[in-house]
Amino acid sequence: MTQKMLEIKDLHATVDGKEILKGLNLSIGAGEVHAIMGPNGSGKSTLSYVLAGRDGYEVTGGDVLYDGESLVDLVPEERAAKGLFLAFQYPVEIPGVTNMIFLKNAVNGVRKQRGEPELDAMEFLKFVRVKAKALSMTDDMLKRAVNVGFSGGEKKRNEILQMAVLEPRLAVLDETDSGLDIDALKVVADGVNALRGPERSMLVITHYQRLLDYIVPDHVHILAGGRIVRSGDKGLALELEERGYAEFVDQAAA
Amino acid sequence: MSVQTLPDDASRQFLAPYAELKPALPGADSDWLANLRDDGADAFRQRGFPGSKVEDWRYTSLAPLTKSAFDWREPEATLDAEQLPALVFGREASCRLVLVNGRLSRDLSAVAGLPDGATLMGFAEAADQSPDLLREALGGESVLADQPLAALNTAFMADGFVLHLADGVVLEQPVEILSVGTGGKQPPLYHPRNLIVAGADSRATVIEHHVGLCIGAYFANVVTEIVAGERSIVRHCKVQDESREAFHIAATNVHVGRDAMLDSFVFAVGGHLSRNEIRVKLAAPGAHCRLHGAYLMRGTQHCDNTTIIDHAAPETNSHELYKGVLDDEASGVFQGKIVVRPDSQKIDGHQMNRALLLSDKAQINSKPELMIYADDVKCSHGATAGELDDEALFYLRSRGVPEAQARRLLVEAFLNEAIDGIALAGMRMPLEQAVARWMSGAAR
Ligand SMILES: Nc1ncnc2c1ncn2[C@@H]1O[C@H](COP(=O)(O)OP(=O)(O)OP(=O)(O)O)[C@@H](O)[C@H]1O
Ligand SMILES: [Mg+2]
Repeated sequence: MTQKMLEIKDLHATVDGKEILKGLNLSIGAGEVHAIMGPNGSGKSTLSYVLAGRDGYEVTGGDVLYDGESLVDLVPEERAAKGLFLAFQYPVEIPGVTNMIFLKNAVNGVRKQRGEPELDAMEFLKFVRVKAKALSMTDDMLKRAVNVGFSGGEKKRNEILQMAVLEPRLAVLDETDSGLDIDALKVVADGVNALRGPERSMLVITHYQRLLDYIVPDHVHILAGGRIVRSGDKGLALELEERGYAEFVDQAAA
Repeated sequence: MSVQTLPDDASRQFLAPYAELKPALPGADSDWLANLRDDGADAFRQRGFPGSKVEDWRYTSLAPLTKSAFDWREPEATLDAEQLPALVFGREASCRLVLVNGRLSRDLSAVAGLPDGATLMGFAEAADQSPDLLREALGGESVLADQPLAALNTAFMADGFVLHLADGVVLEQPVEILSVGTGGKQPPLYHPRNLIVAGADSRATVIEHHVGLCIGAYFANVVTEIVAGERSIVRHCKVQDESREAFHIAATNVHVGRDAMLDSFVFAVGGHLSRNEIRVKLAAPGAHCRLHGAYLMRGTQHCDNTTIIDHAAPETNSHELYKGVLDDEASGVFQGKIVVRPDSQKIDGHQMNRALLLSDKAQINSKPELMIYADDVKCSHGATAGELDDEALFYLRSRGVPEAQARRLLVEAFLNEAIDGIALAGMRMPLEQAVARWMSGAAR
């Protein structure tokens, strides 16, 4: 049996003592793109935070294996160094830290943990500029404080820039499409697709079929009540578009 | 015994050596100076150490001071020249006075490249050689009436620095005053008296750097007086990096003349108990001041920043921003008083104090106080206290930035606004390094 990149097994997790994930199973192979859809409050962002290792999101049962090894006891920066990336549903503003400084600390933080040499400042600047340009981001946005005063769409683009710069092996995108206008959606989708490759996997959380027209998933899952209640191919997203979540929510409650 | 003061014996103990020391103090030949000292001693005798009932001292207790037995004799202390480079803060200043335990060391000092009309010397030298320089600027009444510790300093002031700029003199390079505390078998006590007199249209930048060479205790009771003449610009950058057991009580009193500008920056990381009090009198129209400060404290350190800005003339502006980072059981105090007198119209005064608490037990007491007696006035004040932003911390870590580094970045970002204000480019780097050193917890 080939080893999956990510294997989530019977995952139970609580937030502030409240159980949100209630036995979630999901496997993602190398190079695959999986989409997760599901009603508000079903636990999608909770799953993404649990994967990223956020404090306060406690795993109370089951396991998360990444390349066959458990992630559960690793701190967030260790997960990042292993190639995990989370594009936040609500990107965080950091007054006083410029985007450029942020990116540099991120890349060098990861490199250091991996025992790789830090990047030369000039080369890094050039490298980032190319990535930013591909996402139609201006130099000015690189000089500004992280996400401070950015529009909703700009924040999402900034997430994708960080992803492009960090080149993760497993990217979790939490509603990266929300708040994007149609042109920006294309830019972001192009950015994501540019990273697709046989060694890179993605977990795309979205409410809208539209994103999946651009980032075509290999598998689609429905998360409801803290579990995956149904999995299928991209056709499942279309089906949802027509019929809504009603029957799945019932199923989760049952 | 008055409830306003600490026990009288404590005050008496500090004055005990006065009669014995007085004849040997600099400027003993000048009657006016001898009288001023007597007035200082009298004022301190009357007031004593302020207790917690004194409004200005509500949040800072001087009780620990009165429990230590200080050595008020001249501690024979020296410093090897090799030790200097590690202590120097700014870039290579061509002009540097070094004070060791409050006493000027000519051997370690280097004064070169000052333009004509600029005089930089020790306080003792000035008292003996050119007392007139001192006479016009040494603070009298207000110091004695309102500032008991400054009064004590007035009685015992033995050395310090004096910078005098004639009209129109511009210093291109900053002048650095390095004041080193060495500690000793018995904790030394000294009373440096510093004076900056800037003539009309003059400009100077002075870095007043206090640093502890030891881990032991000592008590530096500092008074710095600044007179900024018409249209002058005086930048005063004070770095307080005393030993972690030291007491550092300082008053900086400034008189800002017509269209003149005071730019003050205070950076504090040292001391067991420290207070930096700045009193600015904006004495004539167009006078302007900017007071910025950053303090980083941990362990059981206590740091008090008290400022009093007196808008004594119309069309005067003040801008004030202090940022503090407090860890462990450290405590901080910020008291900011802004006074606008009845005839002072067209005033702009803004004040902000922000504190970042890195532990549950750290605390900050903030007390803004606006006393506004005129109506055409734009004044604002604010104070915030908060913890490091958990979300920002997680965001950084999720991008691969290790926790300690992420915390450092956030603390630096918090302080940036205050440090950014420093016009003195050469100071940015060493300050940022000092912050980084503090964050890594390394004792120098
Ligand atoms: N700190 C918390 N304390 C208690 N409940 C919480 C906490 N954080 C999240 N929850 C709850 O967990 C549930 C799942 O939230 P989550 O953000 O994972 O939903 P989601 O599927 O991402 O929803 P959306 O589609 O709206 O983004 C919600 O009911 C939410 O209220
Ligand atoms: Mg969500």
